[in-house]
Amino acid sequence: MNASSRAIVLTPLVFLGCLYALNLVHSPAVTGQAGLGFWCFIAFLWLASIVALSGLSHLSPKSATLRRLVGLSVPVLFGAFLFFLWEVIVVGAGVPSVLMPAPSAIGSRFAASLPVLRDDFVQTFVKSVLSGYVIGCLSGFVVAIIADRVPFLRRGLLPLGNFVAALPVIGIAPIMVMWFGFDWPSKAAVVVVMTFFPMLVNTVTGLSAAGRLERDLMHSYAAGYWTTLVKLRLPAALPFIFNALKINSTLALIGAIVAEFFGTPIVGMGFRISIEVARMSLDMVWAEIALAAIAGSIFYGFVALVERGATFWHPSYRT
Amino acid sequence: MTTEALSLPARPSPRKAARRKEGNAGPVFVVVLAIVALWYTGTILMNWQGTADAFARAGEARSTSEILLATMEQERPMLPAPHQVFAELKKTTIDTPVTSRRSLLYHAWVTLSSTLLGFGLGVLLGSVLAVSIVHVKTLERSLMPWIISSQTIPILAIAPIIIVVLGSIGITGLFPKAIISAYLCFFPITISMVKGLTSPDPMQRDLMRTYSASLAQTFWKLRLPASLPYLFTGLKIAVAISLVGAIVGELPTGAQAGLGARLLAGSYYGQTIQIWAALFGAALLASLLVALVGLAERFLSRSMGARPA
Repeated sequence: MNASSRAIVLTPLVFLGCLYALNLVHSPAVTGQAGLGFWCFIAFLWLASIVALSGLSHLSPKSATLRRLVGLSVPVLFGAFLFFLWEVIVVGAGVPSVLMPAPSAIGSRFAASLPVLRDDFVQTFVKSVLSGYVIGCLSGFVVAIIADRVPFLRRGLLPLGNFVAALPVIGIAPIMVMWFGFDWPSKAAVVVVMTFFPMLVNTVTGLSAAGRLERDLMHSYAAGYWTTLVKLRLPAALPFIFNALKINSTLALIGAIVAEFFGTPIVGMGFRISIEVARMSLDMVWAEIALAAIAGSIFYGFVALVERGATFWHPSYRT
Repeated sequence: MTTEALSLPARPSPRKAARRKEGNAGPVFVVVLAIVALWYTGTILMNWQGTADAFARAGEARSTSEILLATMEQERPMLPAPHQVFAELKKTTIDTPVTSRRSLLYHAWVTLSSTLLGFGLGVLLGSVLAVSIVHVKTLERSLMPWIISSQTIPILAIAPIIIVVLGSIGITGLFPKAIISAYLCFFPITISMVKGLTSPDPMQRDLMRTYSASLAQTFWKLRLPASLPYLFTGLKIAVAISLVGAIVGELPTGAQAGLGARLLAGSYYGQTIQIWAALFGAALLASLLVALVGLAERFLSRSMGARPA
């Protein structure tokens, strides 16, 4: 039997086995006191899934859509299996929920506390992260343009920007809370400072990405500084700018959540995490983290999607 | 999602870097001067109201110039003047014994030790992951997307959970903080090392095959040396994030020791000068660590016979 047929036969079998194990582990006889036989079954499923996945990842079908489907299914199945292991081990071994709640418990808690999560999301993501992200990225961009216009400033700012990028900028959070109060403006200010420097450094680097030849061509067209900037150098800088936007999308969320550890009104994702940890209700904390993960991934994915549309000409998107 | 999430700056050649540094010293100096000037202006403007109010409450009539000087000598200013921060830095590092809990060096050491432990763990985890991803195709296709998307979630938000969970099963102190650092810094190491280990082009790998080199020989003699420049760019990012992880890891433990604890205690008691001093301490530590990695890079690449570009 070759690898491809092995994968095709094994994958549905492993899937059914996982469903059966999930069903079994939640039955009262097994929950918290799973026997040796159960763990042997799980270990067997594990081995089978490794064989199935390695078979799948060596598949290379002829049609492009099928190939893409297989390429997508490998990481998805792998992730699903990790969640399955988490659930089965936590429930089967009866790990107390103050240590590690099961994914199903987190999911039900998530569904049960949607209003709270929505309020936290609005406070942290919509108010702090988005406003700080927009202000930080815009001001980084504008300063980069100014620095590009004034070479002296560029030579002075760029090494400093690179230096600041290595510093623990998150430490300014208590100062910002002191200056701008407990509510969202202080978190937005932290996000502004965190997102400013990556944008500045990347845009300045990107503006020098246009080649000598293209610039000479613009010069021979008698194009002025601004025409060259808009028609040639900014488009050429777009990959760098989007790189900064993507880095910043993660940084912004981290900055806002950590800044909330230093003092907040009684709403917000960072506030909820720190208060629920103190009350030992870890399923709520994990629900909050799941929310942050979903928000972060969607944010990142959105920026990546816009990038794909805006820089369709870039080699990394041409097939 | 692409691996571009991590910016790996191109390595400038040493000679070019040196030339650029010479050319940049003047502008950088001017910009730094401008920042210090701005800072003093900010000190005066932001502390003006508080200082004037304090004098008015004491019933003392002061002239404008006296208030101006007093804005820079506040006990708990909105924005301390640079010389106040440096006085505090000097007081807490040189004038206080290292063993005292008031010494910034003591707190910096606490943070540094968990940073280094976490960095070590992260390097171990990151390089093991990278080596297995490069050699096992299944792992490359199943694990790599998850490693990348793990970075779109705010990892630092998990910090309190790790601290509390490990604390409740009796593991406290250095280790939980180090785990946070390790979790944060394995990613740049894995990504840059995978990039580096796959950087030898097919021609070079074919040459190794014509020598009938084994997998291990190809790894040690071709892939690993070729990956070093990439690895060190990743290591520099990793050591900086590792410090951030250690600082944030100190927040939920309730301010016992460390630079993060100094920040938190400062914000609880309104000790602005202490916050700024801790911030500068953290910045100094970060630049020291990055410089050390840079030094190790130069030493290692010279001993491995890299051509000075």
